[in-house]
Amino acid sequence: MLADIEEFYRLDRLPHIWCPGCGNGIVLACLVKAIKELKYDQDKTVVVSGIGCSSRASAYLDFNTLHTTHGRALAFATGIKLAKPELNIFVITGDGDSSAIGGNHLIHAARRNIDLNVVIFNNNIYGMTGGQYSPLTPKVQKATTAPYGTIERPFDLAKLVEAAGATYVARSTAYHTRLTTELIINGAKNKGFSVTEVISQCPVSYGRRNRFNTPAAMLEWQREMAVPVIKARSMAPEELEGKIITGELYRGHAPEYVSEYTKLTQRLKEEAEGV
Amino acid sequence: MSGPTKPRLMQGNEACAEGALAAGVRFFAGYPITPSTEIAEILAERLPLLGGKFIQMEDEIASMAAVIGASLAGVKAITATSGPGFSLKQENIGFAAMAEVPCVVVNVQRTGPSTGVPTAAGQGDVLQARWGTHGDHPVIALCPSCVRETFELTVTAVNLSEKYRVPVILLMDEVIAHMREKVELPSPGEIKVIDRKKPRTPPEKFVPYQPDADGVPPMANFGEGYRYHVTGLIHDKMGFPTNKGPEIAGLVTRLTGKIEQNAADIIRWEGLYLEDAEVVVVAYGCVARSAREAVKKLRREGLNVGLFRPVTLWPFPAAEIAKRASRARGLVVAELNLGQLKLEVERASQGKTGVHFVGRIDGELLTPREIIAQVKGVL
Amino acid sequence: MPKDPANIGKPEVAIKDSWCKGCGICVALCPKKVLVMNAQGKAVVACPEKCVGCKMCAEHCPDYAITVEVE
Repeated sequence: MLADIEEFYRLDRLPHIWCPGCGNGIVLACLVKAIKELKYDQDKTVVVSGIGCSSRASAYLDFNTLHTTHGRALAFATGIKLAKPELNIFVITGDGDSSAIGGNHLIHAARRNIDLNVVIFNNNIYGMTGGQYSPLTPKVQKATTAPYGTIERPFDLAKLVEAAGATYVARSTAYHTRLTTELIINGAKNKGFSVTEVISQCPVSYGRRNRFNTPAAMLEWQREMAVPVIKARSMAPEELEGKIITGELYRGHAPEYVSEYTKLTQRLKEEAEGV
Repeated sequence: MSGPTKPRLMQGNEACAEGALAAGVRFFAGYPITPSTEIAEILAERLPLLGGKFIQMEDEIASMAAVIGASLAGVKAITATSGPGFSLKQENIGFAAMAEVPCVVVNVQRTGPSTGVPTAAGQGDVLQARWGTHGDHPVIALCPSCVRETFELTVTAVNLSEKYRVPVILLMDEVIAHMREKVELPSPGEIKVIDRKKPRTPPEKFVPYQPDADGVPPMANFGEGYRYHVTGLIHDKMGFPTNKGPEIAGLVTRLTGKIEQNAADIIRWEGLYLEDAEVVVVAYGCVARSAREAVKKLRREGLNVGLFRPVTLWPFPAAEIAKRASRARGLVVAELNLGQLKLEVERASQGKTGVHFVGRIDGELLTPREIIAQVKGVL
Repeated sequence: MPKDPANIGKPEVAIKDSWCKGCGICVALCPKKVLVMNAQGKAVVACPEKCVGCKMCAEHCPDYAITVEVE
């Protein structure tokens, strides 16, 4: 056990349900370390998740935790944040949860630039249901519903949320644990909609079908494919084909939704008192 | 709102919005849909002035989710919609039932199915209000038949949702929503407002889903020191997922049981000339208005006819219907659908008397004349 | 038990056997080959003296089964 963060876990809920070699436990520890670094009050911190393997994470954490319906974590989180702006909110979601069934909420939360910190556990597959392709499964890779390899193009989630209005966009991998923690911390410090996509591994439902013999091989692959964003800027598109660009990909400045709402109510109050 | 209110000409949707505010609602999330939109528009104007929150979400599903989120954070929350939106909200209504999150869903019924006739009245969502989301689950549905009652029942809906930690459906219809009546609202002092029970134990001893004798567990709001887990999965008393048979059955039984157990407190109905009624007309919502007129006319003709108006459609006042069924020559159910509540009236009357039906599904209202004709057929 | 004087200041790796799911990540990532898989398919500390305290194993253990204490 990572003794220095165990106070943030519900230890009586462990060991967790995830398969041997699953990246979820690794990424979750990065998130917990980030919250520890941020020194957030556990009572004032909420972890909201959707449905899927990664979304089971909320139950293991000793915060106010909410395991919602499939794809809707951001919509629930929006309600919480607007109702009680003083709460720090982290949203845990997977690739299918965030970009397929929850895609609409993702772009609109980004558009509002609402102060939510999203960590997307991207394992490129629907793991809970046994390995169906998601909108983030790379082209030609195999899944139970793409037995001949998927013919669909995946999203570039980072570009999607940047275009939609997120003001902090980052990417890391389960291999790069310290980078992942650092990026989540920076995202939380951004007052606005922050997305950190973490490439993770599903050895059972994705790896075995796609020539990864061991979980470790998937982590090694993440290490090899990762290109820091600074280096990537000097590389040609063809060199970057299939690579994972990591680091802080985008930072923007835009009004945050709840602050704007607060300003509105303040203005109305002053008008009512002044006139 | 303060001080006595003056009589005003008011629309049903406006009364609903006022009722929500009077009940302490300070959060609305919604998506525009006819014929409910005025509720959103009024609350968009009023809530920011009262320190409350209004948000127009990206879709109906998100609206329901945001309402649940706000309620978990301790703010009374409401949404308003109509048929297609009500369909979209169902999964999250089930979540609220499962996780016992107080919230109110206003469904201003229009003619369905599908997009139907958005501007015409209907009562086709009666069974959906009961069984719209999957699985056995608790629900309360209230049905107003005039503008003032819309105000009162919105307050009641919020109160019942808080008291029993259950989603409450305010099942309006397009006629009641858009009709204007002169209404004198009660002053704030006259309005009884109920808040959810808070934990009486310190956080370390808190068992989030341990019910009191009324079947309802006290509720901790997020951010108040009680860190617990909320999930739509079947859960144990600590709120964590379970696959154990007795715990699964135990939770579902308690969730549905808390409504059955408290039915006497929840069920509301109204009767007119029931004492000696040989034929009882059963009607609700806008149709109850035509039914009332029909019954009065028939009485003037010397015919012993009464009106039974269920105010809670769910839980259904079955015992009251059974009582009338054992005395009456027949029951006539009048509604704007193909006989949805008729099924429930038949079940409740246990074959003791004939259950007859008069309905319309063309977007037009049932007239007193149509109801009278059906009643005379029975007599 | 007091530490062997030779090990004072050395990092200490411990594996919680009941939480190990035997994925092999720690064994593969350890740069010093401190860990091996045993006959039951679980990770065990084979050469504690080689540990340099980098925590690659602990940070990548998906099951929180490994602790590395560095004085």
